[in-house]
Amino acid sequence: MVENDRWGIFFAHLVLILGVALVVFPVYIAVIASTHPSGTFVRGVMPLLPGPNALENYRTVIFEGRSRAGTPPIGGMLWNSFVMAMAITVGKLSISILSAFAIVYFRFPFRMFFFWVIFLTLMLPVEVRIVPTFQVVADLGMLNSFAGLSIPLIASATATFLFRQFFMTVPEELMEAARVDGAGPLKFFKDILLPLSITNIAALFVIMFIYGWNQYLWPLLITTDPEYYTIVMGIQRMVTGGDSEPLWHLVMATVVLAALPPILVILFMQRLFVKGLTETEK
Amino acid sequence: MATIVMDDLHKVYAGGVKAVTGISLDIADGEMIVLVGPSGCGKSTLLRMVAGLETISDGTLKIGDRVVNNLEPAERDIAMVFQNYALYPHMTVFNNLAYGLRNRKFPKAEIDRRVREAAEMLEIAQFLDRKPRNLSGGQRQRVAMGRALVREPAAFLFDEPLSNLDAKLRVQMRVEIRQLQKRLKTTSLYVTHDQLEALTMADRLVVLNGGKIEQVGTPMDVFSKPASVFVAGFIGSPAMNMIDAAYLHDKGEGNALPALPQGADLIGVRPDDLLLTAPQGPHLRLSGTVALLEPAGAESHIYVMLEGNSQPITIRVQGLPTVLEGAQVDFYAALDALHPFVRETGLRVA
Repeated sequence: MVENDRWGIFFAHLVLILGVALVVFPVYIAVIASTHPSGTFVRGVMPLLPGPNALENYRTVIFEGRSRAGTPPIGGMLWNSFVMAMAITVGKLSISILSAFAIVYFRFPFRMFFFWVIFLTLMLPVEVRIVPTFQVVADLGMLNSFAGLSIPLIASATATFLFRQFFMTVPEELMEAARVDGAGPLKFFKDILLPLSITNIAALFVIMFIYGWNQYLWPLLITTDPEYYTIVMGIQRMVTGGDSEPLWHLVMATVVLAALPPILVILFMQRLFVKGLTETEK
Repeated sequence: MATIVMDDLHKVYAGGVKAVTGISLDIADGEMIVLVGPSGCGKSTLLRMVAGLETISDGTLKIGDRVVNNLEPAERDIAMVFQNYALYPHMTVFNNLAYGLRNRKFPKAEIDRRVREAAEMLEIAQFLDRKPRNLSGGQRQRVAMGRALVREPAAFLFDEPLSNLDAKLRVQMRVEIRQLQKRLKTTSLYVTHDQLEALTMADRLVVLNGGKIEQVGTPMDVFSKPASVFVAGFIGSPAMNMIDAAYLHDKGEGNALPALPQGADLIGVRPDDLLLTAPQGPHLRLSGTVALLEPAGAESHIYVMLEGNSQPITIRVQGLPTVLEGAQVDFYAALDALHPFVRETGLRVA
């Protein structure tokens, strides 16, 4: 790397700034649009400066909605999304860390077979198995329920695989020391493996939460009751569901609100896993 | 406090590899036994069998009066110090020491007392609140020792505990472990590949090779009367010189030649026992060319090529020798410094 090449630095910054602008601009537009009164968009010109209606728009979206235009209050949808994302995240993490624990630390028949079976499911994303999954969930009577929203998405080969890789880097002597110290398998898991995995758990939590939050197709399929609509599908309904023109200012306010929880999760968890990174050692 | 009795222990791994074949050994109460041998000789496997970390394929193992073959490590009343210390990285030193006691449901006050006592003894009391990563190698080693100590077990098992330390610290910890063990009088089994560690620390040392015991004895016994060519080569540094008896009869001179034991076709002699001046009493004389001089501070090593012998002979002398590289040199060995072996069996004659 040439350090005092001014043109190089200039060019590097130019590329970076362009890249950032490209990513940030649509978000900026969404935020700006959510602050304008409804009339603004009829003219067909997108304003680039904030409008006067920010508070009013957000209040409308969160508390009142415009049911005639297909927009119920989104408070409930945010909550539904949150519950679904949390259920998926917590479920995925607990199941995958336990299965990784079993695969790495126990010798049982067909251990590697089961590992590869789990691994194979990596190749089957939700969309591929969506029809049979829908059938199963419908037969179990889980349509229009939180269980139906979250349980089919809980199994995770990715997380199992990542935990397995991490467990294999934990020195075997640690497990042996724990055995000599009188810790059974579950105690070893709880007292030693789990605390050592905090960093991994935090990182996976972020990924899984966003995965869960962004689920669109699945909630769309299995919920018909507005009680269980999630925010992501709510946005879609707002755009297409009404009789009139979509109310873009409200749609944009909803979009901004829908984007907030994942951002908050990242901000909160980032602190945790940076801390984790600097404090754990193997 | 307990004896450990191994009776014909075998270890066969799943793949059919035999790591330990028929080891019988009685360890007295309070004795420090050092298992020594090269990599892959089965010493660590044997230790781990005693610890309960490896299953015992055959034979019986008694700690105290109990047969412990099928007991979990925690039920065997032993404590182990691992090569990589195996400290719990997320726990403070205090919790590292206390963990085993907590699992055994000791009362809080007792745990506190024992941990502080052990920390005091090992001079790590000021680190009790730290995490292992904030400690130096030597301090971690002490914590690992402490974790064994607080348990007040029937036996300590050490698995090459000093091999991750630098040379200076290793000597220091070696002395401390030995002193501690003598003070506590806890039966100990110590595994090392370092022959010096074995010689200095053991009450009795056990030389292992290929899953079998080559020799058991006090360090001085093993050093002065190695039972086999393997032991002779492994214990003592630089290693013992091995010279064909036929070569001695052919090229050697001196009044010791007729006195060599019958049947011995390989003669060992330690580098310290080769002298540049003729000793009193029966001795033999050899001559060769100095290939290399190796000054090592208080002593020097002289490597001598014998005519028609491809292996150099090592001679250890005090200070700097007067000989020069490339020069012809005569050297002598007293009769009683010769170790007679049979090449085929590798065993000592008489």
